[in-house]
Amino acid sequence: MTVTSTINKAVRRVPGWVLYIVGAAYAGWLFFLGLTGGLGVEPIEALEHAYGDVALKLIIAGLAVTPLRQWVGINLISWRRALGVTAFFFVLAHFLVWAVLDVQRLSAIWADILERPYVTIGMAGFLTLIPLAVTSNNWSVRKLGPIRWRKLHKLVYPAAVLGALHYVWLVKGLQFEPLIYLAITILLLATRFWPQRRRATA
Amino acid sequence: GLIGGAEPARAQGALEPNSWEEITTYNNYYEFGTGKSDPADNAHTLTTSPWAVEIDGLVDNPGTYSMEDILSEVEIEERIYRFRCVEAWSMVVPWNGFELADLLNRVGVQDGARYVAFETALRPDEMPGVRVPVLDWPYREGLRLDEAMHPLTMMATGIYGRDIPNQNGAPMRLVVPWKYGFKSIKSIVRITLTEDEPPTSWNMANASEYGFYSNVNPNVPHRRWSQDSEREIGGGLFARRQPTLMFNGYEEEVASLYEGMDLNANF
Repeated sequence: MTVTSTINKAVRRVPGWVLYIVGAAYAGWLFFLGLTGGLGVEPIEALEHAYGDVALKLIIAGLAVTPLRQWVGINLISWRRALGVTAFFFVLAHFLVWAVLDVQRLSAIWADILERPYVTIGMAGFLTLIPLAVTSNNWSVRKLGPIRWRKLHKLVYPAAVLGALHYVWLVKGLQFEPLIYLAITILLLATRFWPQRRRATA
Repeated sequence: GLIGGAEPARAQGALEPNSWEEITTYNNYYEFGTGKSDPADNAHTLTTSPWAVEIDGLVDNPGTYSMEDILSEVEIEERIYRFRCVEAWSMVVPWNGFELADLLNRVGVQDGARYVAFETALRPDEMPGVRVPVLDWPYREGLRLDEAMHPLTMMATGIYGRDIPNQNGAPMRLVVPWKYGFKSIKSIVRITLTEDEPPTSWNMANASEYGFYSNVNPNVPHRRWSQDSEREIGGGLFARRQPTLMFNGYEEEVASLYEGMDLNANF
């Protein structure tokens, strides 16, 4: 048995909904840590960044599903919806911590969205994901038809780039971590435009 | 408490200091990493004794001054100051130290001097963060001479009566309470009196976001965020934002330094 088929077999044994439970538990755990001093003496920013960080990682994981299948032969397709919906859940949590706990005032929230480019693009990324989250169910796939549904869900490409740029733009000085996230995002998107290749090395 | 927490009184002279833990675990000191807890985790590697400060430029008595020598001629006192970071968070810190003016007067400032330049130690062996060019190392800061000579401007060597921890800028750092925290340069190894405005690290990195003066000013936003409010560290997950005060609440003492200056242009 090859490594990829072992992985594929293991993946099939874990249903996607497990990810919802793990995601929700992890989000709750982070919140609990923030409440009880586990995130340091300034938990608001720490929680905001932790949620944003998980969201970006899950979006990237979702983008990796297709290239992994095409180029490596690992099939995570049964987790993809859960990856995407959980990513959206963390983006939403990130947004709520920012708006409610961090900025606090509606006028200031609005001003930040309009005047601060890194907030603007973060917000644009969030809005882009909403129709995707709403249509992440079998009923919507049927209703829209697979072609239109797939077209709509390509919106995750700009959303991922916006999310990565949002992070790059946020930091002070020259920092590599956000640039690495952006590079991985662009790389994963670029694989969509490479000439198709059979997954087996022949 | 978990929620809300103590809200330090805002009035001058009635400041309630943050805890030792808050002051020493939430730091920006990029030589030890860009995360807030990185300095507390990594700065123990910095050798702070022996320590010497090169004082040069337009001074009567240039030379290398050991920490012992510097401390032998000054009186250490406690100053409880607000500390406002450019990232819109704040603390109240009970510093121990001396007025910078005492040190400058001792070395003799010459007539042509108009600015004071400062430099942080640069030790790749002891500072993991400088392997990455987050900033153009060494860290540099500067003040106009009248700012440096102002009685509020101090050199801190302690917090809460204890030696200042490495992550807070041991063994000696600048404290300019009416400016954003990054002006208050840490672990100083060089002080130079100059005629021209010296280059300063954050200004070199991004002049549109970090001006030479960087006085706390709620009316001049940072390019990427508002500066009209701040979060006091220690309020927990539901801490309310507080309005930021002009010159961080030291307007009465320092506004005269900037009379006639356009603070929007000279931010």
